[in-house]
Amino acid sequence: MDQNNLIVYLEFEDSRVADVSLELLTKGRVLASRLGVKLEAVVVGDDLTGVEEQVFPYGVDRLYKVSDKRLYPYTSNPHSAVLINLFREIKPQACLMGATCIGRDLGPRVSSCLHSGLTADCTALEIGDHTDPKTGKEYKDLLLQIRPAFGGNIVATIVNPECRPQMATVREGVMKKEIFDPNHKGEVVELDAKKYVSDEDFVVEILDRHIEKSKINIKNSPIIVAGGYGVGSKENFQLLHELADTLGAEVGASRAAVDAGFTEHARQIGQTGVTVRPKLYIACGISGQIQHIAGMQDSSIIISINNDPAAPINTIADYVITGNLEEVVPKLIKYYKKNSK
Amino acid sequence: MNLNIIVLAKQVPDTRNVGKDAMKEDGTINRAALPAIFNPEDLNALEQALRLKDSNPGSTVTLLTMGLPRASEIIREAIYRGADGGIVLTDRTLGGADTLATSYSLAQAVKKFGKYDIILGGRQAIDGDTAQVGPQIAEKLGIPQITYAEEILDLSDGHVTVKRRLENGVETVKAPLPCVVTVNGSAPDCRPRNAMRVQKFKYAASPSEAAKLSDERKALLEKRPYLNLQEWSAAYVDADPAQIGLPGSPTKVKAIENVVFTAKDCRVLTDNDAEIEDLVKELITNHTIG
Repeated sequence: MDQNNLIVYLEFEDSRVADVSLELLTKGRVLASRLGVKLEAVVVGDDLTGVEEQVFPYGVDRLYKVSDKRLYPYTSNPHSAVLINLFREIKPQACLMGATCIGRDLGPRVSSCLHSGLTADCTALEIGDHTDPKTGKEYKDLLLQIRPAFGGNIVATIVNPECRPQMATVREGVMKKEIFDPNHKGEVVELDAKKYVSDEDFVVEILDRHIEKSKINIKNSPIIVAGGYGVGSKENFQLLHELADTLGAEVGASRAAVDAGFTEHARQIGQTGVTVRPKLYIACGISGQIQHIAGMQDSSIIISINNDPAAPINTIADYVITGNLEEVVPKLIKYYKKNSK
Repeated sequence: MNLNIIVLAKQVPDTRNVGKDAMKEDGTINRAALPAIFNPEDLNALEQALRLKDSNPGSTVTLLTMGLPRASEIIREAIYRGADGGIVLTDRTLGGADTLATSYSLAQAVKKFGKYDIILGGRQAIDGDTAQVGPQIAEKLGIPQITYAEEILDLSDGHVTVKRRLENGVETVKAPLPCVVTVNGSAPDCRPRNAMRVQKFKYAASPSEAAKLSDERKALLEKRPYLNLQEWSAAYVDADPAQIGLPGSPTKVKAIENVVFTAKDCRVLTDNDAEIEDLVKELITNHTIG
């Protein structure tokens, strides 16, 4: 088997490959082509029927399938063992995973065992050269892993010059998901699970598991009404819900508003919450901590309602309404109802 | 059952509340203006540890942190809240470590510590947000990990049962001890300081701090051994110099860019009715809403 390819770890639940995995395949395809290597994917679980049909259109050249009843649902040690043993064999130059509860549990364990570098929550991945500032040694075509750090106040470019694979995780929604070629076909390699994972790896037992689909779907909402600390209370947040219901929008929040208990964590937008890019973002009483801005600055149109004309968020807003949201929000509702059909 | 509980913690700059005073004129952040705090999720982990101690009298909770000598501040804080003691792993040679070199160093310190039943830590630290050190320490120690823990439901018969909070739901898992458990911010908050403990331990000091103290305070430390906080060096934990600090880090920082706010074309309105109606009409006309 050829080595040195780029591999994506696929998350597979309810017969569906997770969106974040497809987003990574889309990015991985571009990077693999740029490097002139194959795009590989690995899926580990129980019943893996149909994975190839779902991922080949994204440009996968080779899919490794590792199936065993005990490999679903995901647990840390067995999935780590599969990847560690597989990577020792196929020596990928880079490995991408979702920055999900699974990827952020699995990635560190694999990277620790293989002594390879891992960069969490990358917001951009590129290929580029690197010169070690001390030794002057040059490295060609490294994976440049770009991520915010220090609470989003800096953006760092990380490289792994010597260690392989170069590993990175990316959050859902950060990369775009795009079909590469609907007719693209790759190769399927079924691996014998017993050769990759041993009985001793199954140490953690899952006693109970209920998957609750999250009811709040801010990520895919085209319009978001978001509230910050300046909203002032749980009751005032109700006002935002009224505006959202009127506009067919979803309600989001800054970390400060969530920390203050105005609304639930699932609504948090920003570096430690969800990244959104709606066509309209209405920021109410949000001052604009940088970690919040990191999660919404790609919104097409931003309206900031704030009684502080110098709120930092105003610097990225298209419209600033200086005033109290208790007055402005009802007016928005009123004039929308009046003017829309 | 007497448990030996280790809590991994980190002293971090408070990146959550970067106010205007922490911004330089060029729009970048003035790191020196940020206060150093106890990493929030490590406090959630400490609470879980203290609950285990409550239900298993005779257990000990030891805080383990790697950082600058001043990180003994968070050890005192943990002691005020109920921890029994703590260790600062501090050494110039540990500087510049990425998560892998950090987890190696901390795993060496755990080995030096000796017998332990469970290691708790916050899910992630707010300065890096990587969530990598917990699982990597588990791997280095060859023990299982439970991440995203919200509550320890049971600890008995050499096993721990933990409720995990995942993106789309909850999972209850059971793992053999010893193991590493990383605790989510959704877990219960840490109990406050205990006034009696503050009185008893307020003069606790590490060797680095003791060196700067008055003779009177030094004498106090000699008289009351429980006031001496521990500091361990890289050599003391038998760390391989090639695996620690910057040289031991596979990942390198190629470039750092400060995030700068840039203003764009912007229309400023007041809360005047006519202005708001015009804006709404405009958004309807260009199909942004409606």
